[in-house]
Amino acid sequence: MIPLSWFLILSAILFIIGLFAVITRKNSIAILLGIELMLNAANINIITFWRYLYAPSGNLDGIILALMVFVVAAAETAVGLGLILSVYRRRKTVVADDLDTLKG
Amino acid sequence: MSFVADPVTFIIDWLQRVLGGWGLSSGWVQFILFALGAILLTVGPMLLTVGLIWVERKLGGRFQDRLGPNRVGPWGVFQTIADMLKIFTKEYITPIGADKVLYNLAPILAVGAVLGVWAVIPLSSTIFGTNINVGVLYIMAVGAIGELGVILAGLGSNNKYALLGGFRAVAQLISYEVPMVLALLVPVMLSGSMGLNDIAGAQKVAYVFLVPAAALVFFIAAIAENGRAPFDLMEADSEIVAGFNIEYSGLKFGMFYVADFLHAFTSALVFSTIFLGGWQGPGAEQYPILGFIYLMIKTVIVYVFLLGVRFTLPRFRIDQMMAVNWKLLTPLAMAAILVTAIVDKLTPGGFGLVRIVALLVSNVGLLLITNWLVGAYVRAHRARRQVVSGPRTVVVAPPKPVSEAQEVNA
Amino acid sequence: MTLMQVIFLANALVTIFAALMMVTSRKLIHAALWLVLCLFGVAAVFGMLEASFITIVQIIVYIGAIAILILFAVMLTQNAVDDSYKGNRRWLMTGLVALLALGGTLLALFTWPKVASLSTALTTAQLDIGLIGQALVDPQGYVIPCEGSSLLLIAALIGAIYVGMERKGEEK
Repeated sequence: MIPLSWFLILSAILFIIGLFAVITRKNSIAILLGIELMLNAANINIITFWRYLYAPSGNLDGIILALMVFVVAAAETAVGLGLILSVYRRRKTVVADDLDTLKG
Repeated sequence: MSFVADPVTFIIDWLQRVLGGWGLSSGWVQFILFALGAILLTVGPMLLTVGLIWVERKLGGRFQDRLGPNRVGPWGVFQTIADMLKIFTKEYITPIGADKVLYNLAPILAVGAVLGVWAVIPLSSTIFGTNINVGVLYIMAVGAIGELGVILAGLGSNNKYALLGGFRAVAQLISYEVPMVLALLVPVMLSGSMGLNDIAGAQKVAYVFLVPAAALVFFIAAIAENGRAPFDLMEADSEIVAGFNIEYSGLKFGMFYVADFLHAFTSALVFSTIFLGGWQGPGAEQYPILGFIYLMIKTVIVYVFLLGVRFTLPRFRIDQMMAVNWKLLTPLAMAAILVTAIVDKLTPGGFGLVRIVALLVSNVGLLLITNWLVGAYVRAHRARRQVVSGPRTVVVAPPKPVSEAQEVNA
Repeated sequence: MTLMQVIFLANALVTIFAALMMVTSRKLIHAALWLVLCLFGVAAVFGMLEASFITIVQIIVYIGAIAILILFAVMLTQNAVDDSYKGNRRWLMTGLVALLALGGTLLALFTWPKVASLSTALTTAQLDIGLIGQALVDPQGYVIPCEGSSLLLIAALIGAIYVGMERKGEEK
C-alpha cells in the first residue's frame, strides 16, 4: 500500500524540474518541453487525489479533469509549435532571447 | 484440468505450488510467473518469425509465378537460417555524423512495439499475457511507439533519403491510425467492453459477418500501418532506396526486417481475435488447447490473404494514399459506427436472426453506397481532367525499293 | 516494503532521473527523448493508480502524438547553437529558488492531516470504462466539458494550420 504523500512528492519534484527547465533554457522548444513536464506533474496530482479521495464514492471528476488537461496540452503544443515554426521561418532563430522586437 | 486439455494453466499451478513451497510470498511468486510469461511471449514470436519469413518468400514466389527459395534444405526451409547467419555476422557500419542514441534506439523500439501487442491477445480462453480492460486502446498505444522508432531512424541516420523516408513514413502511420481506431470502436460497441478477452468471448457469431464494413476498414488500415504493399511507400525500393532504414546493416537491419514480418502476422492475429472470433470454435471452451489451434488457423488464413494483397497490388503515391485515408476510410469508418449504432439499438439484443441480418444488410448497403460514391467521384474527376490530345496513329514511311538505293550509292 | 512500494520507488527514480537529464541535455533531440522516457514513467504511475484509461490515453496522446510533433519541430528548426541550462547567467540562483519552492510546498503539504492516508480497494464495477463514456455524454454529467474540449480542439486545429501555413508572396 502506497501512502498518498509519495505520489504528491513525486508530482512536486517533477513540477519543480519542469519549472527549472522553463526558466533556464533559452530554446523555445525546450521551454515547451518544460511546460509539458509541468502539465504531466499536475495530471499526476489530479489522478492521485481522485484515486484516494473520490474514487471510493464512484465520483469520476478526477478522470474527466485529467482528460481535459490532456486536451489542453495537446492543443497548446500544436499551436505553440506552429508559432515557433512560423517565427523560425521569419527570423531564422528559435532562441527566446532573440525575439525582442517589441521591446521598449 | 488435465495436462492435455489445458497445459498452460497446469504448468502455472504447478509452478505456483513449487515456488510457494520454497517460501516466497505470493507477491513475488506472481512477479516471477509474470516475468516467465513475458519472456515466453517475447521469445516465441521471434522464433516464429523464422518460419514466417520462409512462408512469405515461398508463397510470394508462387504468387509471382516463380519458385521462391528452394536450394537450402527441402523446399528451401533452411533459407531463413542461412539468412540469419549472414545477418548476424555482418559488420555494423554506423554513418559519420549519425546520432548514436537515436540510431541505436530505433530498431529496439520498432521490434518492441510489435512484441508488445502479444501481451494482450487471448491465445485461448485461459492463456493470455494479461487481461487489461483497455486492450483495444493498448494495441493502438503500442503501435504509436513503433512510429517513434521510425522517426528516430529517419532523424538519426544523417542521410537525406532516410529523413525523407522517415517523414513520409510517419505521416502515413499517423494518418492511418485514425480509421483504425474508429473501426475498432465497432466491435467494442457490439461487445460492450474494450478488453480483448471479452471481445473474443462475446463472438458467438464472428463480427466479420455482422460488421463487414468495419472489418474492411480495419483490414486496410492495418496493412497501411504495417507498411506493406500497396502502402509500402516507407521502403519503396525503386524510389528512395529502402527509406528510413537505409543506413542500417547487420543485426540492426535484421531487427527492422523482423519487425516488418512479425507486424504482418500480429495484424492478422489482432484481426482474427477481434473480427473472426479469436479462439472460438467447437469444443474450445472445454479444451483450451483447441482454442489456440483455432486461433492459429484463422490467423494463418488472414495472413495468407495479406500476402496475396501484398504481392498483387502496385504501390500508391503519397498523395493517393492520403486521399484514400482522409476521403475514403475515415468517413467510411465514421459512417460504419453511426449505422451500426443505430441498427444495434433498433433491433433486439443477443444474437437473434433479426439482429444479424439487419446489421449485415446495413453494412453491406453502406459498402455498396461507398462503392457507388467512389465510382461517381472517379468519373467526375476524370471528366474534369484536361485531355491534351487524342491518340495519334504512328506514320511509317514505306521502305524504298532496293534499285533506287543502289543508284544513290553508285 | 511491499512489492508495489518497491516498484513505485524504482519507477519514480527513473522518472526523476529522466526529467533531470531532460533539463541538462545539451542537444535538443536528446532532451526530447528523455522527456519521452519521463512520460513513460508518468504513464506507469497512472497505471499504479488504477486509472487504466488515462494510462493508455497518456501513451497515445503524449508519446504517440505530442512527442512526435516535438521531434518534427526539433528537426525543422535545427540550428548549430547548443542550448544548455548554464546559458542563463543566473541558473544557480534559479535552482536554489526552485528547491526552496519545493521545500515550502512539501512543508505545507505535511501539515494536512490526510496526507498519509492509504488507498481503499476499488471494486471492478467502479473501474468500468463504460462509466467514463456514459459520464462524458450525460447531461447531468460532463457533456459540457466534452463539447467544450471538442470546440477547443477544432479551434486549435484551424489556428495551427493557419499560423503554420506558408503564405505565397511573403518574403522568406
